[in-house]
Amino acid sequence: MTAPLTAGSHAHPALASVDTIIAGLAGVGYIASRRIATALFMSTHLQKPVLVEGVAGVGKTELALCAAALLGLPLIRMQCYEGLDESKALYEWKYGKQLLYTQILKDHMGASLSGAPDMATAMERLHGTGDLFFSEPFLEPRPLLNALREPGGAVLLIDEIDKSDEAFEAFLLEMLSAFQVSIPEIGVIKAITPPIVFLTSNNVRDLGDALKRRCLHLHIPLPDQGLEEKIVAARVPGIEASLRTELVRFVQALRTLDLRKLPSISETVDWARALILLHAGALDAELVRETLNVLLKFEADVVAVEPRIGELLSQGA
Amino acid sequence: MQPMQHTLESFLRALRAHDVRVSPAEAIDAHRAAAEVGYGDRTLLKDALCVTLAKSAEEVDTFDSCFDTFFARPSSDRTQPPKQADVMSAPQGAPDLAGQLLAGDEAGLAQAMEASAARVGAGEIRLTSQRNLLTRRMLDDMGLRELEAMMQALRASGAPRDEALAERLAERRAALFVQAAAFVERQSRLYASETGRRMRDALLARQSLTSVEPEDFRAMEALVRRMAKRLASRYARKRHRAHQGKLDVRKTIRRSMGHGGIPFEVVWKTETIHKPKIAVLCDVSRSVASAAQFLLLFLYSLNEVVERLDAYAFSDRAVNVNDLLDDEKVDDAITLVMAKVGFKPTDYGRSLGDFLDAQGSKMDRRTTVIILGDGRSNYAEPRLDLMRTIGERARSVIWLNPEPETYWGQGDSKMDAYGRFCTVAKTCNTLGQLERIIEDVLRTYMSR
Repeated sequence: MTAPLTAGSHAHPALASVDTIIAGLAGVGYIASRRIATALFMSTHLQKPVLVEGVAGVGKTELALCAAALLGLPLIRMQCYEGLDESKALYEWKYGKQLLYTQILKDHMGASLSGAPDMATAMERLHGTGDLFFSEPFLEPRPLLNALREPGGAVLLIDEIDKSDEAFEAFLLEMLSAFQVSIPEIGVIKAITPPIVFLTSNNVRDLGDALKRRCLHLHIPLPDQGLEEKIVAARVPGIEASLRTELVRFVQALRTLDLRKLPSISETVDWARALILLHAGALDAELVRETLNVLLKFEADVVAVEPRIGELLSQGA
Repeated sequence: MQPMQHTLESFLRALRAHDVRVSPAEAIDAHRAAAEVGYGDRTLLKDALCVTLAKSAEEVDTFDSCFDTFFARPSSDRTQPPKQADVMSAPQGAPDLAGQLLAGDEAGLAQAMEASAARVGAGEIRLTSQRNLLTRRMLDDMGLRELEAMMQALRASGAPRDEALAERLAERRAALFVQAAAFVERQSRLYASETGRRMRDALLARQSLTSVEPEDFRAMEALVRRMAKRLASRYARKRHRAHQGKLDVRKTIRRSMGHGGIPFEVVWKTETIHKPKIAVLCDVSRSVASAAQFLLLFLYSLNEVVERLDAYAFSDRAVNVNDLLDDEKVDDAITLVMAKVGFKPTDYGRSLGDFLDAQGSKMDRRTTVIILGDGRSNYAEPRLDLMRTIGERARSVIWLNPEPETYWGQGDSKMDAYGRFCTVAKTCNTLGQLERIIEDVLRTYMSR
């Protein structure tokens, strides 16, 4: 079903085992759990795309960015939205250029056809030129095609696939299972080196079974205390260990509440950066109240949490 | 087939029994994944299989628990291994089972148990009630009868040494019972729990909504949510539908501007599919209240598909309950609604008036009105004129009545009269019927 392992990008030494992947990703600033690293490992060895799910801000897109950085491959990113179609995702004909060539052709038409002895030969010649217009020089490649044509392989990030239409999802199937696309006028274009594909989803809608079946599935949950501390340490190197423990503990306590939007990793990291800017050495109720809007994105959540700050702070300690 | 591959196949079967869909292609992927990582590292194998097999957050949880149960080594309950002096050798000609029991041969026993389980088909267990039977069969297959015959013979001989041997055997046999029961329990958890749940769900879907036993409430609720989710995923996606072969001239000309007026890009007309707006009027007098509760729960779970839901509850006057339903969890909200409007004599005429006053101006050709009630108005003025107005304004009016059709129009029921103004008037007294009717409503909007 899938081609055997090819040499090239996937022979990267960091991909030798799950542990080397964890270490490698840590080197580029991404603290991965075992399951995340296993997903990347399986993806490169089975040559299947990874569908990454999880709440916003948990590090889905970041994973693709860091994987590209780790492997030294170009990252090709495609943001999905409702109404995205293949002319924006795969290829487009260069209409202007085609038009220009038509004009030029018109001028030379008489000259090139004058030598033809009869009508049939003239038509023959005309057909030859006609096909020219739908050939690769007139093709404007879009992200998906670019990813396939990258000689050394690439990391292709198809971001927020759940925002695209069902039709587009179906269109992706060929690309994801065989790493090739069919262009009616030209034929099938196969990947030179299969790219490593990440799809991310926020669960705006349920994805089709056909798409899920072609992908490995990785669900990134909100991290536990230990993992989140490591992430903060990697992302905000300037922070003191005691403050780091304290702030992660507070965020963890916050996540036990019934809020509209729980703070995820990106909020924790932003908060840590904010606290450094404020030269904070330790958390106190006043400081938390002033900076709460970094963590919570809804007014109702802020109002709900404010009276309980003291309680949450002591809960962690 | 390699033994480990066989084990993996059984594991996939267990997953399927837990509603994780594993297609043959995914099974192949799982085998490839396992071959890639090997069976040596348990965590690695678990993670690798998880990313290939589980396809959603819920499935990841199911997978984790399934993996842990399946690959659990039966824990040996015995704390200390038998001391050397403690070991009695079995007499000549004793059955294998007696030998293993006396020697404390855990591994041998476990192997024998697995083999017997395969012979009696413990993996085929479908119902939890089959557990005792299967345990018995498995033990018989392991040679329990021979063992018991031997114990009887030993006791009958009367020699102190034989007595002690029989005593020891009885002790070990009790431990074996416990182990066998645990083994079958594990099989049942792996293969039977989901079948049992599915059977219960099928029963509940046919259960009369007006007489739900309190202990079934949770299960019913879960079922309603699952049904709603199923409908939602079927109808939530479509927003636009291409008109077949109608050219959108205006858009085509506009797009051709960039190419000097030559229409390279042809635009076809599409049609936006509107989500339905639904207004619900629920009778919450005692006889229909619980049906109303499930209807509201159902509609609220459909929030992906239903653009706007206006809910009114009434017994003598209709009250808008949107706020209550928005702010509270649905189950709490229902109790509050009942406290606010429930348990008063029903008056359909006045309630319809209230409903029309509040909702009339918002009602248009995209609104479906769903009325849930028995149509029994305590001989008060039924106000059929109001019902006619509702019928004319709304896209469709659907009346769900928990009573069977033969009762309509008898006594104080005005159902037959109201029914004339409804697009659909149906008996609806089970979740199965409810799902079918709501699906019909959605289908009239979404696909023609």
